[in-house]
Amino acid sequence: MIEESIVKRVLAEAASTGADFAEVFAEDRRSSSALLDDGRIEELSSGRDRGAGIRVVVGESTGFAHTSDLSESGLLAAAATAAAAARASGSGQRSVDLSDGTHGVSNIRIAPYEVDKARKVELLVTANEVARSTGNSITQVSARYADSRRRILVANTDGLFSSDDQVRTMFSVSAVASGDTGMQTGRESVGRTIGFELFDEYDVSELAERAAQRALTKLAARPAPSGEVPVVIGPGGGGVMFHEACGHGLEADLVAKGASVFAGRLGDKVASELVTLVDDGTMAGEWGQFTIDDEGRPAQRNVLIQDGVLVDYMWDGLRARAEGRPSSGNGRRQSYRHLPMVRMTNTYLLGGTSTPEEILENTPDGVYIAHLGGGQVNTATGDFVFGMTEAYLIEGGRITEPLREGNLIGNGPAVLAAIDAVGNDFAMGSPGTCGKDGQGVPVGDGVPTLRVLSGLTIGGTAA
Amino acid sequence: MGSNWGDSRYRRHGSVWNLKDDGTMSENFADDLLGLADSLVAQAEPGEEIEVVLSRGTSTTVKVYNQSIESLTSADGSSGGIRVIRDGQLGFAHCGSTDEAVLRQTLAEARDNLRFAEPDEFNRLAEPDGVESVRQATWSDEVLSFPADKKIELAMALESKVLGLDDRIVSARSTSYSDGWGHSVMVSTAGIRIAERSSSCSIGTQPLSESDGETQIGFGYGVWLEPSQVDVDKVAAEAAERAVKLFGAKKPLSGRMPIILEPRLAMTLLGIVSGMLAGDTVVRGRSPFANRLGESIASPLLTLTDDPTRSESLGAAEFDGEGLACRPNPLIVKGDLNRFLYDTYTARRVGVAPTASAVRGVRSLPGVGAQLLVMEPGAGSLEELIAGVDQGLLVNSFSGLHSGVNAVSGDFSVGADGLMIRDGAIAEPVREITAASTIQRLLQNIVAVGGDFEWLPSGDGAATLVIEDVSIAGV
Repeated sequence: MIEESIVKRVLAEAASTGADFAEVFAEDRRSSSALLDDGRIEELSSGRDRGAGIRVVVGESTGFAHTSDLSESGLLAAAATAAAAARASGSGQRSVDLSDGTHGVSNIRIAPYEVDKARKVELLVTANEVARSTGNSITQVSARYADSRRRILVANTDGLFSSDDQVRTMFSVSAVASGDTGMQTGRESVGRTIGFELFDEYDVSELAERAAQRALTKLAARPAPSGEVPVVIGPGGGGVMFHEACGHGLEADLVAKGASVFAGRLGDKVASELVTLVDDGTMAGEWGQFTIDDEGRPAQRNVLIQDGVLVDYMWDGLRARAEGRPSSGNGRRQSYRHLPMVRMTNTYLLGGTSTPEEILENTPDGVYIAHLGGGQVNTATGDFVFGMTEAYLIEGGRITEPLREGNLIGNGPAVLAAIDAVGNDFAMGSPGTCGKDGQGVPVGDGVPTLRVLSGLTIGGTAA
Repeated sequence: MGSNWGDSRYRRHGSVWNLKDDGTMSENFADDLLGLADSLVAQAEPGEEIEVVLSRGTSTTVKVYNQSIESLTSADGSSGGIRVIRDGQLGFAHCGSTDEAVLRQTLAEARDNLRFAEPDEFNRLAEPDGVESVRQATWSDEVLSFPADKKIELAMALESKVLGLDDRIVSARSTSYSDGWGHSVMVSTAGIRIAERSSSCSIGTQPLSESDGETQIGFGYGVWLEPSQVDVDKVAAEAAERAVKLFGAKKPLSGRMPIILEPRLAMTLLGIVSGMLAGDTVVRGRSPFANRLGESIASPLLTLTDDPTRSESLGAAEFDGEGLACRPNPLIVKGDLNRFLYDTYTARRVGVAPTASAVRGVRSLPGVGAQLLVMEPGAGSLEELIAGVDQGLLVNSFSGLHSGVNAVSGDFSVGADGLMIRDGAIAEPVREITAASTIQRLLQNIVAVGGDFEWLPSGDGAATLVIEDVSIAGV
């Protein structure tokens, strides 16, 4: 993307006024998408975006500038702007040595950008036909295909010179069912850090049928109860709960500022002993996977909570530098236009020993959530919410009637302590986009079946 | 360029002219971009429609923490989006550059994309429809010359102000000053040719407070046209108040009760409603209000208009995302559903006049949406509205709006915290609760609209709402 000799001169310019650290992050992103709605292929869209962000750190201050001009003069101008923004005064290193670092190669089998657009369109048409034929009450269907290729290069004054090639492919289907009780929706999506071979692993017909079935099931749904109830979460999609209940609270930048209920709690028991929580950027092919993070650090598997005890937080380079420890490979950014910060990758709960049947049988009354929506957390108080997009009543240890959609609310530490059963049926969930301070990055999550005995309040309208 | 199409000093008819607000001529700020867009549009082949949108801008963000600079970001950016239509087939491509060679590739890519889209007779570009645009002042030269030191000073001043307002406030997670300006142009084969520019600045802070081992976080935010208008005291006071008002909050008893939504939260709810009145959701059968035109869908107390021509608002705009002049669109009048919002495509499909409600970014195709929502105020101050409630909840914040509101079914179930109201007065703080209903019922259950109308940082204008019979779940 940029020649090594140019990178060296740009870093030298960035560091010339006395920086403690300077970094060049270059990115070349291509994306394409196709959308079917209302029974026809509505649009195909493609995008190309390339540029570089230059960061200069002086003490606790960071100067940052970005440019879409990847020529040497464009990069040097951005470097000078970043150095000026960092407000260094003095002189610094005039030359930078780079040692060859990690160079990630995407292990895709079928490059999506080389696949004929007609084949992508075919997938959408199939999804539409299957979803509509799932039931007469299906009145609307939309489906979306998207792929992206993101090539990045990171170099810094510590001598790092690394690159990565990240290819992601995703597909989603949404269906609307209409009946006497109004309209209901169902959605399914798959996304992986792989190429077009995604569709060898997943059959779009099955996805479409599941999305349609979800909408149809909810036509007969009754209002959810309201108040605190025991909750059983099915395998896969429940990872969103951990992402919100404690994931964000374990990000070192929030911890350092005292904006997390988990600050100062390393070594403490913060969850039921059944909880071992891992954040893992190395999980092959998962939505939040990469070879190097957006600061050039190799992805890692990091155990955050081990048997209920808080083992470590997640770190980016800036926070790690301040505390004299290595980064954990969690420095990520949405694009070259953004500064990196601490972000999750693939966050999941390790499987336990119970069978899902046992967990249900031992739950006389409660709510079973088969599929979760998004969530949100106030890290300062630990209060978090997440949505349920497919849920059922549990009566007498059995799943019975479907429930309408709603949110659940709880407090992170209280909910983690109240997990009293973890299943042996671990599965990863749907691809997600995690938002923090206005930046979105792809993240994955996963859980086995689990039960939260208390602490979750469900927001239904049933009396 | 976001949902608002910004400022314009250039009209599609007549020669190039730019008028400053004082009536004097200014430099032709975007002639180069217009020339570039003209040359791309000129490449249209017979039977082909082309629309080119180009933008460029600069932004600066200063973040401070503990009275030192945490980061200072300075950025220039440009982008282009090209839409091509031929025989009803639509293709789109975008790029992060206004380099001519890159734009030519982008045009080729958009042409290639359209081959795979299915033809639709209603797919045509917007044509000027004779509605005159209302001039708006959304540009100030001041942002261009405001020195970096002053930007840092404003952020520092906000942080020290908010820390000094209450002993329990111990730090601010992040305090920032941002400003920026942008130019954008749109040229099409259908006769649209406009150039616009806008500038703005903003400050925000998130104070953390501690008391008896409990931590709370607040926030304050404000947006202005130019730096000399920035009101540090107002933002600091709002943020500090939010940071300390929920100490000792507990879960309340569950029950059905009225809720009071301050103007910001009232507009959050009505913003969701406006999405359900967008023409694309209506023609595709995804709006529960699709067949309700002329019927009562809300309390007679509610009148809601989408009106980007309101010059008092920072969100005012002259043109929509397809280059049509903005116009007022009354959506709900005294509770009756009066109108849906349409872009050119959906208006043609339904066979009605466009409402100039296309919203877009450069990197995406136009969608349909509200641009500047305005509620008609009722009567009474917040205190008077509270005094009228026996037992209820004054909401401080909602959470999970993206996961808990389904705009197709209307199901509404969100997390909340706030202050209980007992016997017409504010009582104990509550948290970790859910509020549930449906959008349809929330609209019908509005029992009061306040007289406390205000323009929000989003540009929308709102007043307090009192809504009865909402399911509140605590213990």
